[in-house]
Amino acid sequence: MSDKYIISESGVGSLIDAIGKSGRRVLGPKEVAERIEIAEIKNAAQLATKGQSIVSAKGTVFPKVERLMKYKYEGKNIVLDDVDPNAAPTVLFGVRPCEARAFHALDVVFNWDYKDKFFNARLANTTVVAIGCTEADASCFCTSVGSRPDDPQGSDILLSRLKSGGYLAEVNTDKGKALVALAKDVFQPLPGVADLVPAATVAPAFDAKVLEQKLAGKFDNPVWLEQSLRCLGCGACAFVCPTCVCFSIEDEADARRGERLRTWDSCGLRLFTLHASGHNPRDKQSQRWRQRVYHKFAYYPDRFKTLGCVGCGKCSRACPVDMNLKQHLAQAAEG
Amino acid sequence: MAEPFEPKLTAFVCNWCTYAGADLTGTSRIKYQSNVRVIRLPCTGRIDFMMVLKAFSRGSDGVIISGCHPNDCHYTSGNYHARRRWMVFRDLLDFVGVDLNRVTFSWVSAAEGAKWAELVNETTNRVRELGPYKEVQQLAAVGIE
Amino acid sequence: MEALRNKAKELLAAGAVKVVIGYGQGTGDSRRPVFVHSADKVTDLVFDKACTQNLATYLTKSEVRAMGRMAIVAVPSTLRSILQLAAEKQLREENVVALAMIDGVMKDLSTFDAIEETVATVPDAISEADQKVIDKLMAMSSSERRAFWADELGRCVKCYACRSSCPMCYCERCTMDCNRPQWIPVASHAIGNLEYHVVRAMHLAGRCVQCGTCGAACPVGIPVHLLTFFAEGTVRRQFGQKGGASAKLDYAMSTFKPDDKEQFIR
Repeated sequence: MSDKYIISESGVGSLIDAIGKSGRRVLGPKEVAERIEIAEIKNAAQLATKGQSIVSAKGTVFPKVERLMKYKYEGKNIVLDDVDPNAAPTVLFGVRPCEARAFHALDVVFNWDYKDKFFNARLANTTVVAIGCTEADASCFCTSVGSRPDDPQGSDILLSRLKSGGYLAEVNTDKGKALVALAKDVFQPLPGVADLVPAATVAPAFDAKVLEQKLAGKFDNPVWLEQSLRCLGCGACAFVCPTCVCFSIEDEADARRGERLRTWDSCGLRLFTLHASGHNPRDKQSQRWRQRVYHKFAYYPDRFKTLGCVGCGKCSRACPVDMNLKQHLAQAAEG
Repeated sequence: MAEPFEPKLTAFVCNWCTYAGADLTGTSRIKYQSNVRVIRLPCTGRIDFMMVLKAFSRGSDGVIISGCHPNDCHYTSGNYHARRRWMVFRDLLDFVGVDLNRVTFSWVSAAEGAKWAELVNETTNRVRELGPYKEVQQLAAVGIE
Repeated sequence: MEALRNKAKELLAAGAVKVVIGYGQGTGDSRRPVFVHSADKVTDLVFDKACTQNLATYLTKSEVRAMGRMAIVAVPSTLRSILQLAAEKQLREENVVALAMIDGVMKDLSTFDAIEETVATVPDAISEADQKVIDKLMAMSSSERRAFWADELGRCVKCYACRSSCPMCYCERCTMDCNRPQWIPVASHAIGNLEYHVVRAMHLAGRCVQCGTCGAACPVGIPVHLLTFFAEGTVRRQFGQKGGASAKLDYAMSTFKPDDKEQFIR
């Protein structure tokens, strides 16, 4: 059961200040030149309150480039340098509930058969303060994947706008409680029932459970070729996605020293499944597109009992050729 | 006391003209500053434009590129292709903010031992004046968590 | 638009083409590439001011080529891309029909000569807005420019939307994909991003039709097209050769004149 408080508009600013003073960095959606980016937030005025960031906040726990280890030669000897994850204590402030939910989909993979120390160190040091959505756009489909615009799942604190200004704060976890302790006077007691601005209306476009069932029989269906004809095979959707977790490991070295880096990778890229033999089991874009859908909507639920998608719509907005996931998934779920 | 700054120069030179010319400088006992590391290639046509940027990112403060005079290429036309490449790449480097004062292009023939010495000395002095070039090298540490 | 749909219908019904690559209604007010295979679906095709993306990249996509003869709704930059692809032997004349849309008027062009003639009548300059940014950058100091690009390219995630949307980036094994040696780093750190974008600009110099689709495709809003525009601009200015002018190859970077003039080689 979560603790409930009221935070005033100015209280949000004080909270951000208090978090900053405690040595944590505050990252959140910030408007920069007509785009929304996840960036350092120094005060409440910098927070973008409409829309969502283009690239998700997963970079706080799974950066686009991460050093895993270093080595150098000293004479004939190799000196290994195990790198400690640079897990700066962070509060993600003002992300959407869909983004907050996404960390679970990352967690199930990074703690599956191997406990990833880098991911875990960063996740342990990250607190998520989400702001519920009172608006949505044509790409959003959280309600089709078992969530809703005011879903508290995955948030350490969920803020919901009050009609009279300020927010209702639902503190869901110990991490959230730790933030309350930083700025006790910001979190005011709740006087009765909170009068909230209604959550956004997001009409479900499909049912993820129905989709999962349909997918079982659609592996060879021509729909994948049809839908993917315009797909360019870039990595935009995978890289902006808060739940996409595929990575590559790159060694960058010269004769004297080197380092091992982990970088984002995408199953949409043609060489993703290229074997050393030269064979590529997913040589056609339709096969890669199908893989994207199945991975998130069939294999994930089967293996991890959770979907690999939170319906944020970032993929659709980022796609240069308008691959609208909501539309394509709805089509795949019918018939 | 801190040592005064000595620039590191990388020179990409062709085997048949400039490298031979540099050899002649040596055999003629002409002294010149030793800050340059010479990388010998068969022809300036072999020079990949990225070699310039990579030299800077690996710690060079200045880059020299030199080969046969037009019409004298050992492989007939390698240097003509190289010249075209440099005409485009040089402007592009400038556009992305690389300091062109640190990149020197030259034609030095096998007979021009004195010219090589003069080229290296002038370039070394110029780059010493400009100071260390860290901007590209520092990029190597940026953007990695 | 009706003329376009009628032509498409005619070509499909007669079996003269197996697919029409064009623009369709996208999410909200946007447009998306569509592929029409049958005459009764030509109403999926739209054409208006919002149709600016260069669709020529699909002319080298294996799944599209496999369908047979292609018709493509062509804005002027698409026509230029067709010529450049033809010059580089990536397209056969008998495999493509251009449905050129110039000032709202449709012209069907089925020979490269016809496309060349048409293209010669269309002004070919980058937009005022883009020219302004390039001029502003060139008026800055070198270190200000460096800071500008470091800031812009810092957002790059190496998704390759730029590369994938470019009609001229059709290499099955891009230089980025070759790893013995890995000449350009794959990772999207600062040096990896700078090197990739510089290489791409150089690989397009003399081949770029300046359509700007790469910059429009970038999900994080980096004006990558300015780099390719700039390299192409240098080629045009220095050598008088350009990408997309003719179906006969005239590639500045593989040709030379013994008296190419420059001021910087001592």
